[in-house]
Amino acid sequence: MTLLEQNSQNNSARTGSSPTGVPGGASKFTSLVFRAREFGIFGILIVFVLLTTAVKPRFLAAQNIKFILIDTTIFALLALGETMVVISKNVDLSIGSILGISAFVSSNLYQQFHHISIVIVFGVGIGIGLALGVVNGVLIAFGRVPSLVVTLASLYIIRGLDVLIVGGRQVVASSLPSNFISVTSASFGAIPVISIVVAIIVVGGAYYLKNYRSGRDLYAIGSSEQAAALVGIPIAKRIFTAFAISGAIAGLAGVIWASYYGTIDSTAGTGYEFTVVTAVVVGGVAIVGGSGSAIGAAIGALLLNTINSSLYVLGVSAFWDQAISGLLLILAIALDRGLGLYVAKSLRKRSSRVAS
Amino acid sequence: MSSETDPVVSLSGAKKYFGAVHALEDGRIDLYAGEAHALVGENGAGKSTLVKIFAGLHRPDAGRLCIEGKEVVFNSPRDAIQSGVAVIYQEPTLFPDLTVAENIFMDRQPQRSFHRIDYRGMNQAARAIFARLEVDLDPTRLALGLSIAEQQIVEIAKSLSLEARVIVMDEPTAALSSVEVDRLFRVAQTLKSSGVAILFISHRLDEVFTLCERVTVMRDGRFVQAAFTTETDEDSLVRAMVGRDVERRSDQVRGVDLKPLLEVEHLTLEGLFADISFSVAAGEVVALSGLVGAGRSEVATAIFGVRRYDYGKVKVGGKPIKRGSPSAAMAAGIGLVPEDRRLQGLVMEQSIARNIAMGSFKSLRRKGLIRSITETRFAADWSVKLQIKYGNLANSVSTLSGGNQQKVVLAKWMSRSPKVLIVDEPTRGIDIGTKAEVHRLILELAKSGVAVLVISSELPEVLNLADRILVMREGRLVGEFDHSEATEEAIIAAATLSKEVKAA
Repeated sequence: MTLLEQNSQNNSARTGSSPTGVPGGASKFTSLVFRAREFGIFGILIVFVLLTTAVKPRFLAAQNIKFILIDTTIFALLALGETMVVISKNVDLSIGSILGISAFVSSNLYQQFHHISIVIVFGVGIGIGLALGVVNGVLIAFGRVPSLVVTLASLYIIRGLDVLIVGGRQVVASSLPSNFISVTSASFGAIPVISIVVAIIVVGGAYYLKNYRSGRDLYAIGSSEQAAALVGIPIAKRIFTAFAISGAIAGLAGVIWASYYGTIDSTAGTGYEFTVVTAVVVGGVAIVGGSGSAIGAAIGALLLNTINSSLYVLGVSAFWDQAISGLLLILAIALDRGLGLYVAKSLRKRSSRVAS
Repeated sequence: MSSETDPVVSLSGAKKYFGAVHALEDGRIDLYAGEAHALVGENGAGKSTLVKIFAGLHRPDAGRLCIEGKEVVFNSPRDAIQSGVAVIYQEPTLFPDLTVAENIFMDRQPQRSFHRIDYRGMNQAARAIFARLEVDLDPTRLALGLSIAEQQIVEIAKSLSLEARVIVMDEPTAALSSVEVDRLFRVAQTLKSSGVAILFISHRLDEVFTLCERVTVMRDGRFVQAAFTTETDEDSLVRAMVGRDVERRSDQVRGVDLKPLLEVEHLTLEGLFADISFSVAAGEVVALSGLVGAGRSEVATAIFGVRRYDYGKVKVGGKPIKRGSPSAAMAAGIGLVPEDRRLQGLVMEQSIARNIAMGSFKSLRRKGLIRSITETRFAADWSVKLQIKYGNLANSVSTLSGGNQQKVVLAKWMSRSPKVLIVDEPTRGIDIGTKAEVHRLILELAKSGVAVLVISSELPEVLNLADRILVMREGRLVGEFDHSEATEEAIIAAATLSKEVKAA
């Protein structure tokens, strides 16, 4: 075939001609900024720790570190579920309410069955969360209702259910057995055992998201749902699973919360969803989906809790805590947005340079 | 040549209807292994419909699609991919937040123990494909920020990883620079020499002769002719693409001493259009012609202030207008009947009356309030003037036919008595009867002293309406024709060929 010969000649003649790759200036800049962001969170964290310790050395006392870590543990766990959801370009606002109802119902089991196994208590808490997450997931993934609306509704409905169930009652620490309390009180030095366990879960979750096809699917869906559909990713199934897992995780967090605080009424976990979403976004998970990691989100949670604690130790008004959280959130989003605009602009300039 | 061998893919007698619109009447094409086959035709000739059949997005209403002699039916893009047919679109849909390699292998990533993704293997596989294509692209970089040319390379790499035997390229070069086109052609040559059949859609005829062995011409949804590129030339292709009689506007209202009313000077928006200068006089109809994607609508929206241009000036009656401000443009007397009336021209859920009155709220209000009776009367007047056919003015505008919807948009602007009216694709998706009415309205407007700028992809419409015709190609004005000297051939030549055409 003369044609093929001719072509291969053409090709060999052309091989080695001008380098065809366009230098990826924008991409290198992009990944640099993303990395800079994770270091940035760490930087802010260290600044807060150093400043606070300089003024009040007791900030680094073992007991205080332990407080910070346990609070962080609960938020970092919730942030794992939220990360899966946010990566797929959704949001789960119901986690605070799920935590609340799971905390009461699971710990309240001890009032009725004094010698119930701790495994069952955890199972019930996780089961409640899973069931509620499944309801969210069905409505969002198969009912195609926006997650913001669905989970905002379930935030109120679940909290309402919680108030109905709890009534004026309360679970008090004295009614809880010691093995349940020790879930959160056991520690190696200043580091609570539960924090280590949750750290392993978070790292495992991040590993799953990075190394499994179904995990990458969530990133793909969040990055471009249209492209995901073209590739044939089971979009509804993946989003459903993300919400189910987020619910189950919130249920687990509820049991841990009950073990730590001991006193549980119908207000447990109120407003946690906002702290968690803040932690996730500050930790580098793009609110528009497609990028970020559960480990970043956990670091975000650590930062928020550290700031909270350091302001408390310094005797600064709690208002500043919220104001700083808000500021960090805006910074994080502004960074994403600015980056997006920068890339879009540089792309447009580049194509126009080429055209003219 | 391989003309003796059987085609890899063969489409014959394909028809596709969308309601009353016959998008494809007789789609026919044979693709051969190791060859590139060009498909050319005007806007609306049915090329995209044919591409969508290959992509598995449309099922033809009639006709046969055969792959290596066996008849196949594509019910989804997956079916097409599984049969070895891949489509590269002008602007590929990628995952911007994922790496190039992940984009190629999404959901087909190589795996190692415990079903974990083998990133190293995946990147190596991507590198191997790029080496085969002789391009230098880093598989580990994010797709975010890739140029369109690079995105197309990623798509081609994806189709190779799927072992596609047929690659359809839908106007891949439209947004590429000449350097990038060269690279794409090198890749295409590599594909051909490895036995892939290519279907190449392009408006640039010179490219057809550079890359392709065969060329098929389509017109009005029908196959016109197929030929070897060695046995035909650009002129005969253009003739085959046009090939029909042209109806002409009879009443030429051309005076000599027309003062420009709308003046556009050196308008530039980087990446979209550059150095656009022209003027439209009161009572004149000027058409902005060119291929889809040449930047015509972008110029229109920039004049109207929806898009902010980088440099240049827009003047009405000698007074410059603030850029990037539709309200300033409206205050100066400019109106825009946009390309997509459902999205941009109308508020679909609102009533017919509200949509007509929407541009005139200021003049309709009394003590700051608008009474619905005033609104309805106002709308009723204009509906009569434009002969809009409706059930009830209070019904939502979505209940109207496309032609009557377009008249509602026209009524909205005409009721403001504009000095300048820009009409983008005035008759797209409108039946022939109403089309004539819309044309009549546009000409009447011009007669009453309005400067009209018409953007249209339909050459008969352009020739019928316009006193002067401007042609854009790739963001630049490349030709200007007076009504008397304009022919379809000349306009198509200006819009598609790379050499400058200036009517003498």
